Amino acid sequence: MSSVIDIEKLSLTFQTNDGPVHALSEIDLKIEEGDFVSFIGPSGCGKTTLLRVIADLEQPTDGTISVNGMTPNQARLARAYGYVFQAAALYPWRTIENNIALPLEIMGLSRAEQRERIKRNMELVNLSGFEKKYPWQLSGGMQQRASIARALAVEPDLLLMDEPFGALDEIVRDHLNDQLHQLWEKTNKTVVFVTHSIPEAVYLSTKIVVLCPRPGRIYDVIESDLPRSRTLDIRETPEFLKIAHRVREGLKAGHSYED
Amino acid sequence: MTASTLPASRSTNPFAGLMRGTTGPVIVVVLALLAIWYVAAVVLNTPFQRDTYARANQSDVPFSQLVGDTLAQERPVLPAPHQVIAEMWDTTVKKAVTSKRSLVYHTWITLSTTLLGFLIGTLLGVLIAIGIVHSRVLDKSLMPWVISSQTIPILAIAPMIIVVLNAVGISGLLPKAMISTYLSFFPVTVGMVKGLRSPEIIHLDLMHTYSASKLQAFLKLRLPYAVPYLFTSMKIGIAASLVGAIVGELPTGAVAGLGARLLAGSYYGQTVQIWSALIMAALLAGSLVGLIGIAEKITLKRMGMAQ
Repeated sequence: MSSVIDIEKLSLTFQTNDGPVHALSEIDLKIEEGDFVSFIGPSGCGKTTLLRVIADLEQPTDGTISVNGMTPNQARLARAYGYVFQAAALYPWRTIENNIALPLEIMGLSRAEQRERIKRNMELVNLSGFEKKYPWQLSGGMQQRASIARALAVEPDLLLMDEPFGALDEIVRDHLNDQLHQLWEKTNKTVVFVTHSIPEAVYLSTKIVVLCPRPGRIYDVIESDLPRSRTLDIRETPEFLKIAHRVREGLKAGHSYED
Repeated sequence: MTASTLPASRSTNPFAGLMRGTTGPVIVVVLALLAIWYVAAVVLNTPFQRDTYARANQSDVPFSQLVGDTLAQERPVLPAPHQVIAEMWDTTVKKAVTSKRSLVYHTWITLSTTLLGFLIGTLLGVLIAIGIVHSRVLDKSLMPWVISSQTIPILAIAPMIIVVLNAVGISGLLPKAMISTYLSFFPVTVGMVKGLRSPEIIHLDLMHTYSASKLQAFLKLRLPYAVPYLFTSMKIGIAASLVGAIVGELPTGAVAGLGARLLAGSYYGQTVQIWSALIMAALLAGSLVGLIGIAEKITLKRMGMAQ
C-alpha cells in the first residue's frame, strides 16, 4: 500500500529582503491512509508552511512530495483534499448552507446532489437547523464547524486542518476535539492537523510530528499507542501523560537549540 | 438628590423632547442657515437700494422699509430665500412641463444627460477596474492615465469633447453625456479596484484549494466583495455626473438644461433664476444620491450583508 502523503528531503526557502529564510529543511515524512497526524511546534517552525506545501499553496524549493501518488498540483486540481483554515473564512453574504454549497457549485454538481451533501455534512457537524442563518448569526465555534462541513462536503479522503480551533476558548475546543475525533473514527479519513496545543495533538493523533524552528525541521515523530477509539477522559491516563511528556520534551529541546 | 430632581426638571422644560431626536437639531440648523441668508441678502443688496433711493431723491428712508426693499429687488445681488422659492414655484407648478420656461423641463434635460453619462461611466469604470485587477500590464499602464485624466479641469476639456463629437456628426444628448461619463467613471474605477482586491488572502486561498477558475473566483468571490464599494463609488459618481451634465451644457450655449438656465441667468443678471437652478441642481443631486442609497440598502439586505 502506498502512502497517502510521501515527502522526501523537502526544503523550502523564502527569499526575503533580509536574505533567505529557511522555512523547511530536509523534511522526510510518510503519512498512511487513515492516519491522524498532528504537526506541533512553536511559531515559525514551518508547520503551517508544510501543510500549505501539501495543499499546493506553497511551492517547495527542493525535494519531492507526492499526495495520493500525484504531485500536489495534480492533487489540488483533482480536489483530493479538503482544507480547513485557521479562521472559518465563511462568505458573509452566503447563508450557512450556501457557504457549504460553494465548493460544490465550483465542482459543478447537480442541485440535488448539492442539497444531499449539505444535509448530510451539516448533520455530521451537528449544525442542522442553522441552514438559513448567516455566518455573523453564529458563534465562533459554530462557524468553524460550518467550515469543517464545507471541507467535508467535497468528500475528500484527505483533510488538511490548519489550527482550526486555535481561536476558540478551551471549553469549545474540547467539545470540537471530541466531535472531530468521532468524525475521523466514523469516516476513516486521513487527517493532517496543525496545532500548538499539546493535549489537542495527543488526544487526536495516531502520529505526532514535533517540529522546531530555524530552519524548520522535524525533531521527533511519535507513534501513539493510545487506542483508536478514545474519549476526552483518556487525558487523565498515564499513557496519555507519557506521550504528552515526550512531546513537551521535544518542544523544549527543539527550542533550546535556538536560544 | 440630583438623581431624583434631574428628571423632574427635564420634564418641565417644554423644549426638552424637541432636541432629543434628529428632527429638532436639523430644524435648528436649517433655521440658522436661513437667518444667515436673510442677513446676507439685506447687507449685500443695500448699496444698490441706497443708489435707487438717491436717484429717486428719497432720503430718510426708515430702516424697516430698507430691509423690505432689499428683499424684494428684481435683480438682487443675493436673492432672498422666499424669492427663490417663489421663482421655483412659479417655474415648476405654474408652467406646463413642456414649456421652455419650465424648470421641470430643464431639470429633465439635465437629468437624462446625467443618467446616460452615469450609466456609461459606471459600466466603463467597472470594466477598467476588472482589467486593472486581473492584468499587471493594465494596472501599470492604465491606472496613471485614469488618475491623470482627472487632473485636467473639466471646463477645459468639455468644449473640445463637444466640438470633436459634433465634427464627426454626433450631437444632442451623447456629447454632453460623455462629459458626465468622463467625471463619473473615475470614482467607480478607483472604488471597484479597491473592492475587487478586498477579499482576504484566506478567501483567495480557499478558492485556490477548490481549484476554481479565474472566472469562478471573480463571480463568486471578488464581485460580491466589491458590491458595497460599488455603491459608495456610485454615490460619488452620480453627483459628479450631474456636475458634468451641467458643465456640458455651458460651452455649447445650449438652450436647455439647468446649465443653460445658469448661463442665461448670468447673461441677463437674473440672479433669482440662477439661484433657483442651483437649488434645483442640489435637490436633484440629493435625490439621486438618496436613490442609490436606497438601492444599496435593499441590495445589501438581500445579500445578507446588512446586519
